[in-house]
Amino acid sequence: MCRSISLVAEGRKNLSILRTENLTYIYGKDTPFEKKAVDSVSLTIEKGGITGIIGHTGSGKSTLIQHFNGLLKPSDGKIFFDEKDIWEGGKIMQGLRFRAGIVFQYPEYQIFEETVFKDIAYGPGNMKLDKKEITERVLEAASILGISRDILERSPFELSGGQKRRVAIAGVIAMRPELLILDEPAAGLDPRGRKEVFEIIKKYSQDSSRTVLIVSHSMEDMAAYADNIIVMNEGKLFCHDTVSAVYSRSEEIASMGLDVPQITKVFSLLKKQGIDFDDNIYTVEYARDKILQYLNNGGDKVSC
Amino acid sequence: MLKDITLGQYFPGNSIVHRLDAGIKIIITVIFIIMLFAADNFISAGIGVAFMVMSYLLTKISPSLMVKSLKPVLPVLLITGVLNIFFYEGEVIFKLGFIKITDEGIKNAGFMLVRVISLIIGSSVLTYTTSPIELTNAIEKLLSPLKKFKLPVHELAMMMTIALRFIPTLIEETDKIISAQKARGADFENGTLRERASAVVPILVPLFVSAFRRAEELALAMECRCYRGGEGRTKMRQTHIKPFDLAALGISVIFLAAIISVNVFFK
Repeated sequence: MCRSISLVAEGRKNLSILRTENLTYIYGKDTPFEKKAVDSVSLTIEKGGITGIIGHTGSGKSTLIQHFNGLLKPSDGKIFFDEKDIWEGGKIMQGLRFRAGIVFQYPEYQIFEETVFKDIAYGPGNMKLDKKEITERVLEAASILGISRDILERSPFELSGGQKRRVAIAGVIAMRPELLILDEPAAGLDPRGRKEVFEIIKKYSQDSSRTVLIVSHSMEDMAAYADNIIVMNEGKLFCHDTVSAVYSRSEEIASMGLDVPQITKVFSLLKKQGIDFDDNIYTVEYARDKILQYLNNGGDKVSC
Repeated sequence: MLKDITLGQYFPGNSIVHRLDAGIKIIITVIFIIMLFAADNFISAGIGVAFMVMSYLLTKISPSLMVKSLKPVLPVLLITGVLNIFFYEGEVIFKLGFIKITDEGIKNAGFMLVRVISLIIGSSVLTYTTSPIELTNAIEKLLSPLKKFKLPVHELAMMMTIALRFIPTLIEETDKIISAQKARGADFENGTLRERASAVVPILVPLFVSAFRRAEELALAMECRCYRGGEGRTKMRQTHIKPFDLAALGISVIFLAAIISVNVFFK
């Protein structure tokens, strides 16, 4: 069963950083192209930790996150940031864009300044902070992303793809958003680059204790890095739960066209063969422990 | 917002207009433009508009699409239209100080609006129903006599196709960049003129960078497929003029003739 976390959180609402109520968004309203991209989604994201949003292409996940900083105005429903309606009185909440920072897909394509330093400083500069504060924030963001001092003075256009990606993420982190939203932060990077980016995000989340939302279609990455997972399907919220609870429904998720981690697939095949472990195996490390435990308990008698 | 501009886009289909030979379609579009400028009274302009409406309906493309695509240009057209009202000599209908509205002014403003809107719709009929490849081939074919004068016809046609092909791509890209900079707190709506002008830089720089990147990638892809310009290049699909194409051309000529005779008789 996939119990909804929003129900659990009902009693301690003050902990939520973001909450939506029946959020609906319709593209091209009143035209023949009308399409419901987000369909009455109600969810609550608590402060701290990493939440992954998973969904197939066109499941509405990217449209959904653009509501969280007010880039899109919902066709229906409400969004609460820190328990305040962000569209109160029809106008967007002051300073919301700095409190909920979005890093879009392929963010390196938004880089424009002459030096890395200046580009990271663009966000804080828009916040109208004083120079000293801006410098402090840029250096902080650069050190989180592992951007060394000599790179700061270079042109961002000379950097490698992975470095550019980190500069772009630093540009949003420098605004010190309470909620950091990343849309496919590792898209197009090689396995090593992917791992680096996710490790940085994980460390950032732990050190700063700020909330992080990651949009991804990779169950494997989310299994390894997220604490909670939101699954979107055809514009609707399919479920929102802890990683292990979500992976216990791996077959339903696979039927939506999402890839469950390979190790989970192995174990569901083993289950069909009559070797029942635990449905919630989604990382290789955990699988190793389970197998060793099983073998030590005399499981080797089972003929395979 | 920006995505609503459908100018230069192609909508695949199987209507009569879609199946018409692209070269003939270009000639018909030129005839249509001549019609619009030849028409000098409301009856002949009406014939031109009727021709345009008929062609558009035959494409089987939803008219709301055209309306949507016209919307962004409409303010500019209305302003020029209104200005036109004041600057023509003629019988004064209304006068307030030095501002006067004449019957000629209203007539001219009306004419200009009808002409420009028809021009946009008429050329959209061409681009909506003709794929960029067909369009280039046709342009190349129509201009090929100019090769004798050392005009690089093939290259010109290729550049045009590429430009047309990338309009929607670049518009989409601009939309994305605007969202990304807004997420970093860029403000395009408020501030002084100077502030707003400098707010455009964070959009233009990434847009140019990505346009150059795309150009480089495209050039590489073309070279990988051994593209070496027009010389000796043959077509996979040879186009032949069918009786049906000639009939369509004939009908447009009849319309043009009708307009000219109406002009003469209803002077």
